[in-house]
Amino acid sequence: MSPVDGAGISNPNLPVDPAVSEGRIPGRAEEEIPELHEVGCPPELQERIETLMGRYPDRRSASIPALWAVQERYGWCTPEGIRQAAAVMRVTPAYLESVASFYDLLHTQPVGTHRIEVCTNISCWMRGGDRLLDAFEAAADGDDENFYVTGFECLGACDIAPMASIDQRYYGPLEAAETGVAIEQLRAGDEVLPEKALARRGLAGDG
Amino acid sequence: MPHRLEKRVLLEHASEPALRTLDGYRRLAGGYATLERSYKEMEQDEVLKELEDSGLRGRGGAGFAMGKKASFLPRGDMPKYLCCNADESEPGAFKDRELMQRNPHQLIEGIAIAALAADAGHAFIFIRGEYDEQADILDQAVAEAYEAGYLGTNILGCHRDLELVVHRGAGAYICGEETALLDALEGKRGNPRLKPPFPAVQGLYGGPTLINNVETLSNVPHIVRRGAEWFRGFGTEQSPGTKVVSISGGVKRPGNYEVELGIPTRELVYELAGGPEDGHEIKAFFPGGSSSPVLTAEEGLDLPYSFEAMAEAGSMLGSGSIIVCDDRVSIPHLALRTARFYHHESCGKCVPCREGTNWTVKMLERMVRGEATPMDLDVVSSVQQNIIGHCLCVLGDSMAMPVGAMVRKFREEFEQVMEDPDLVLDPHAVVRGAPETLGAST
Ligand SMILES: Cc1cc2nc3c(=O)[nH]c(=O)nc-3n(C[C@H](O)[C@H](O)[C@H](O)COP(=O)(O)O)c2cc1C
Ligand code: SF4
Ligand code: FES
Repeated sequence: MSPVDGAGISNPNLPVDPAVSEGRIPGRAEEEIPELHEVGCPPELQERIETLMGRYPDRRSASIPALWAVQERYGWCTPEGIRQAAAVMRVTPAYLESVASFYDLLHTQPVGTHRIEVCTNISCWMRGGDRLLDAFEAAADGDDENFYVTGFECLGACDIAPMASIDQRYYGPLEAAETGVAIEQLRAGDEVLPEKALARRGLAGDG
Repeated sequence: MPHRLEKRVLLEHASEPALRTLDGYRRLAGGYATLERSYKEMEQDEVLKELEDSGLRGRGGAGFAMGKKASFLPRGDMPKYLCCNADESEPGAFKDRELMQRNPHQLIEGIAIAALAADAGHAFIFIRGEYDEQADILDQAVAEAYEAGYLGTNILGCHRDLELVVHRGAGAYICGEETALLDALEGKRGNPRLKPPFPAVQGLYGGPTLINNVETLSNVPHIVRRGAEWFRGFGTEQSPGTKVVSISGGVKRPGNYEVELGIPTRELVYELAGGPEDGHEIKAFFPGGSSSPVLTAEEGLDLPYSFEAMAEAGSMLGSGSIIVCDDRVSIPHLALRTARFYHHESCGKCVPCREGTNWTVKMLERMVRGEATPMDLDVVSSVQQNIIGHCLCVLGDSMAMPVGAMVRKFREEFEQVMEDPDLVLDPHAVVRGAPETLGAST
């Protein structure tokens, strides 16, 4: 049985070890599913996750959406939040942890309030994405509590290269000089670089 | 007014913000009339036949005939599923973003009609988590469609049900691979599965599953509305229809342009996207996203932009994303950027991909640092050869093909970089000369 998660599940010819489908981490003792009354899950979070589970034929399909809900509530996927979601979903916390750790947008460590993902992939790189990332890092000036600045792979907006996703909204093409403005706007709670928002752009072919 | 070279079908009316609402979609585009007609008047086989006859090829990368794939689903009472692949994470691709943002109902209508062809009762749109704005737009549009009775139980009184769920991913390129997408949708880490069985036979929750790209499904209402013959009136024999092409990199007007397949690539790049910045020339381009082998300007610009012409030239149309590299772009650095992406995104399940991407990155880093020997170039080439065809999914090949092509076609440039100490000094030696000027005139 491959230790790489899920290898057996996907291949009907291999025996399925239920521990794998439940995400047991090899070498760790069998983990129990926590009971709801043990975890102190806020009622809104519980309700949200239950609604999400109801949307799928199999409750486990709600694992990514549930982790998003945890992240929204606590700012990142905290161990307590993961235990709460696990209790609601009737899966082990380790299962949800293993899912969370697979995805770049789910944070299993604390991150700053505002998330700035700067694309450094091909088209942005050609147009100065690396320098944009440096400029954002300089503008955030080590204020890790408020800002999480990171380089990112292609965000699917190479038409506005070099670009960044700021709190899940896209902006570009950005100049290094605009990064300070954006950081100040975020601090002040103002709208960020409205004229650079992707949502405001027309179709390229409309001239 | 769109340029005369554009042929807007999927992007017709897309400049109108009202198109995004159900009312606007009905008013501007005659939206949902085709859903109504197909649900009320058409049999599954009629819809299937129209799709098969149209010759519509998948727009997500592989170009497989959509109608044929739908016909592979077994018949019977077991639950069947439809998954719309909106993961769009291949570097260079951004067309699905535009289609979802500007015309979400076209996609929903396409999904509903395709579900009829596949006899699926449950559909999902798997959208990359980064597209939060577009996912919000889809959520809104799906709610409107439920409200209007186009989704849900007993649709339009026709005794057919369809549930549609917008499912946000959380940042992993590999989830765009169809079987990894299924695992992610089942709530697992997104690792590809062994094929066969193919998803059409055994997919989501073990049931027959049709997986298609956003653009593929957005074509469906148009084909069923106006017929396969009409659709075949655009494009070429083997690449019928229009294509939304994402053009980026070293051009004056990057963006999405919808054209008939088969138009000269030069017209796309020069007339629609404005060509290279003044004073620069195009050196090479990726014709179909970062996984497609690069073509030199001489090789590629005069080819028709079609599946068959790109395949004949040893590359591929892929998702239809052109990334243009002008004369300032250092190809060895480009190769490194490309390799790093695939290395980062490799799920690690199979050795040639996990180790091959890792090795390639390390070798290329040595080269651009000036620490490699000319023999290393052959090693890099042979590593690429050993990846191709030896992996569980095509992610490994997706690095090996473009990187292999760069080494083969620009060998001299690699040799120069290995010797040139100037390039060694600048870790951001992305483009030669003054990078500040690139993009300045747009
Ligand atoms: C690594 C990898 C990533 C992929 N990413 C996407 C993607 O983001 N969107 C997509 O539609 N297809 C993607 N594909 C192709 C899908 O596996 C699948 O072929 C496609 O969704 C089928 O839809 P189509 O026939 O309509 O093109 C990817 C394939 C691989 C191997
Ligand atoms: S080729 Fe790479 S991404 Fe695909 S399954 Fe193997 S390791 Fe994972
Ligand atoms: S390369 Fe930056 S968004 Fe695509």
